[in-house]
Amino acid sequence: MSVISAAKPNRMIGGFGRLFTTPTFGPLIVLIAFCAVFSLTTRTFWAAGNLSLVVQQSVIVGTLAIGQTMIILTAGIDLANGGIAVLGTIIAGRLVAQEQNPALSLLFALVLCTCFGLTAGLLVSRLMLPPFIVTLGLLGIITAITRLVAQGGAFPVTDDLLSWTGNAFAVGDTSITYGMIIMFCLYLLVWYLLTQTAWGRHVYAIGNNREAARLVGIPVQARLLSVYTFAGLLYGIGAWLALGRIPNADPNALQNANLDSITAVVIGGTSLFGGRGSLWGTLIGTLIVAVLRNGLTLTGIDPLWQDLVTGILVISAVALDQMSRRRQR
Amino acid sequence: MHTIRAAALRAARFNTDRTHFGNEPPIQIGSSRTPGRMGASLSIAIAAAAVSLAGVFGSATPSANAATGDQITIGLVTKTEVNPYFVKLRQAATAEAEKQGAKLIARFGKFDGDNEGQVAAVENLISAGVKGILITPNNSTGMLGIIKKARDKGVLVIALDTATDPADAVDATLATDNFEAGVLQGQYARKALGSKAPKLAMLDGSPGGTVDVQRHDGFLKGFGLKEGDPAIAGKQITHGAQDEGQTAMENLLTAHPDINVVYTINEPAAEGAYAAIKARGKLKDIVLTSIDGGRLGVQYVKDGKIAATVMQFPKIMATRGVDYVVDYVKSGKKPSGFINTGAKLITDKPFSGLPSQDTKWGLENCWGLVTPAAAPHTSFALID
Amino acid sequence: MSAEAKNKPSLPPRGTVVLEARGIVKRYGHVTALGGTDLELRAGEVLAIVGDNGAGKSTLIKVLCGAVIPDAGQVLLDGTPVHFRSPLDARRLGIETVYQDLAVAPALDIATNLFLGREVRRSGPIGSWFRLLDKKRMRREAQREMDELKFHLPSIDSAVEKLSGGQRQGVAVARAAIFASRLVIMDEPTAALGVRESGQVLNLIRTIRDRGLPVILISHDMPHVFEVADRIQIMRLGRRAALTTPQRHTMSEVVAIMTGAARGDEPVPDSNQTMG
Repeated sequence: MSVISAAKPNRMIGGFGRLFTTPTFGPLIVLIAFCAVFSLTTRTFWAAGNLSLVVQQSVIVGTLAIGQTMIILTAGIDLANGGIAVLGTIIAGRLVAQEQNPALSLLFALVLCTCFGLTAGLLVSRLMLPPFIVTLGLLGIITAITRLVAQGGAFPVTDDLLSWTGNAFAVGDTSITYGMIIMFCLYLLVWYLLTQTAWGRHVYAIGNNREAARLVGIPVQARLLSVYTFAGLLYGIGAWLALGRIPNADPNALQNANLDSITAVVIGGTSLFGGRGSLWGTLIGTLIVAVLRNGLTLTGIDPLWQDLVTGILVISAVALDQMSRRRQR
Repeated sequence: MHTIRAAALRAARFNTDRTHFGNEPPIQIGSSRTPGRMGASLSIAIAAAAVSLAGVFGSATPSANAATGDQITIGLVTKTEVNPYFVKLRQAATAEAEKQGAKLIARFGKFDGDNEGQVAAVENLISAGVKGILITPNNSTGMLGIIKKARDKGVLVIALDTATDPADAVDATLATDNFEAGVLQGQYARKALGSKAPKLAMLDGSPGGTVDVQRHDGFLKGFGLKEGDPAIAGKQITHGAQDEGQTAMENLLTAHPDINVVYTINEPAAEGAYAAIKARGKLKDIVLTSIDGGRLGVQYVKDGKIAATVMQFPKIMATRGVDYVVDYVKSGKKPSGFINTGAKLITDKPFSGLPSQDTKWGLENCWGLVTPAAAPHTSFALID
Repeated sequence: MSAEAKNKPSLPPRGTVVLEARGIVKRYGHVTALGGTDLELRAGEVLAIVGDNGAGKSTLIKVLCGAVIPDAGQVLLDGTPVHFRSPLDARRLGIETVYQDLAVAPALDIATNLFLGREVRRSGPIGSWFRLLDKKRMRREAQREMDELKFHLPSIDSAVEKLSGGQRQGVAVARAAIFASRLVIMDEPTAALGVRESGQVLNLIRTIRDRGLPVILISHDMPHVFEVADRIQIMRLGRRAALTTPQRHTMSEVVAIMTGAARGDEPVPDSNQTMG
């Protein structure tokens, strides 16, 4: 019975138990399963070069998904992240094309993206507007600004600094781009913030029970503002990574990045209702999608299966989340 | 266990109501909950993976996966899969590959302009070991890096339908001369208008697209107007889509009711324009022209909805592309330069001095889906 | 602020007034929620505030914990007048509140919830520059607090949502106990609980009191009030109608005073002053 004093909880079971119930366990299994299947059915999947390719393909959405994860953890959502990143590429590209200092151009683009994040944050935290609506509206505004600045077309971005993130160095058979390294560093940084600092706990608490967070004295508005603003900065870095991957500033790019990042977050086990989830799950979710796309191409299977399987994974993830929440109640 | 005894006493004193107000039963040691949750987590993950794997395996037809050791693999990357034009490209390429005993892996972007998707597709195709890649590049400059990488690895890269910029970034380009096609369209439009003073509406595709720009400029040259001429009543973006074409036409007609000739980027846009024109009752007053030459488009010309269209030959692009790759593998010979797959004016009301074919010929040689009802961008309820 | 670092006040002699409210008035438009209420909380006691709906209990509590600013009247802590502009002010002075809906984050574990908003960082630069949390220390202190309160839970790492209602209440109460240095206020602590769990919570309340923190609690549940309270303040129509003990009156008498069927021993305002 509950009153009986529990002897020291069985440490072994407790430790393993915590591993198995971490939200990332399911997605990890799925990722491993896909990798296993594609390794067995093709000769080309399980090759260092191909695997590093998959990671390279995950870099842009993977970085955008970091910001999306933080925002979803606060029970919000961001539909404008792709748009902000694209605007960043256009602004940086334009400035450099006009003979501005590349470093300053990049910095300006980063600051601009951060400001858009700040705007979303202000609207969500101070005016208490629903994040879905705010970011949807912001997306429209940003799209218009992007078209205005880009004046109709895409244009190449040949600057070394701007496309630096695409430079790679070889490690054995693989090719590691600086963009990959940046992405991993960002994941580590944000993981640390979310799990090892008070700020991170506040983020989870706000998503889990906002009223409680307010009552215990967490500065909810300030935290929300910081989350959206930081996410904006991450989107700016995502723009830099995008330029590294394709040295082209294209106003039509990343149209689906918002949904792709949400897909990665959800498949990775983070709850859309906030307060639960792990950042590493998002990375796994991003990799799952990339592995699927890569594997289907290598096996020559019709790509429509990609959409089907992704859809199944998303629904499974949400269903699982709902089931485990219902159990707790 | 003072607490237990005290609790028991209390329970006895008041009543034995044991209702927990919606709470769960008392917690056991934390870990015993874990297998339950882990079980659910695992089972769903496994179910999802299982369904997915079943799909992956189930969809593989024997021929598709039976890549023998020395079978030639060819990659095809189109812009999207929803436009019947690209569907035709894929079908023709697949058929030709089968005829040649090669394997075709077809990929496409998610939307018109999905650079990242096309880049990733090319990367994956290289990984898959294709010998040649046929590609309709979204935005010319965006693909240069990955195309170079492919060529450096000895993969033959041929651009279909759209040239890259610079054009020699690929080994060869198999395309319609879109400028020439635009010229034909413009020449016809001018002749069809006769001696009336033109008031031209231009329904363009996506901003900045190479094809869009070439057709647009070609039309103006064939028609005999310069950019910025006041005879051009207005321009609108349609992204080559029917709904946007309709909206664009409606808006232009509202702004300039005296429009009497319309340039459209492709037939879906023309379809939308037709609906708008019909709704205004201006069918007799407007010359509507288009480009592409899909089955639907030719049918429109036959039905009199479009005055004329200029046909492209994607089938030629696809089949010759496949043939070039096979040839390259067998003999090392690479094609080069711009290979014009031709453009033909299709109309039932020809004018002298302007060579054209009629719709009967058009229907025999067109691309496009066999059953019009299956084509996207179409809604027969809308037209007629 | 950890339990060990906090200054545990030496127990003031019984009978000292810790918290006092004089003539608190609060109006919301035409409605007078509190029409001149008094309250005294003495050291080492559990004071229960009871009253019918609309009697002003919640409003009084909100004034005492800083969530509501009164229109008139004074609040004194240890004899010194205090003015709370927000709940944080009250907390800083050592007044902790356990809200009716508990204010816990269900998905987070017990230790996290106990220190929510008041997280402990590692000492030195790693704590101040890198803001690294001292999770071990928080868990340790959380466990110690639970042990001291004799409140037993399966594991300090389990998520709060895995606990039963009574255990969750215990977590919220423990949180108040850890950080309170003057008094604890509780709003309907046993409202959603069954018999056995209510017993546990009432036990907790007694333990807190015995450790030197007086407790104010609002409750609808007469048996529980009579079980745990040292004194009972009966509110009616925005004023204190009576101040009694479980020994002096029976439950039905208290209820009668609550509803106005019987007179309390506080002066009853004449009808001109009653609220609308």
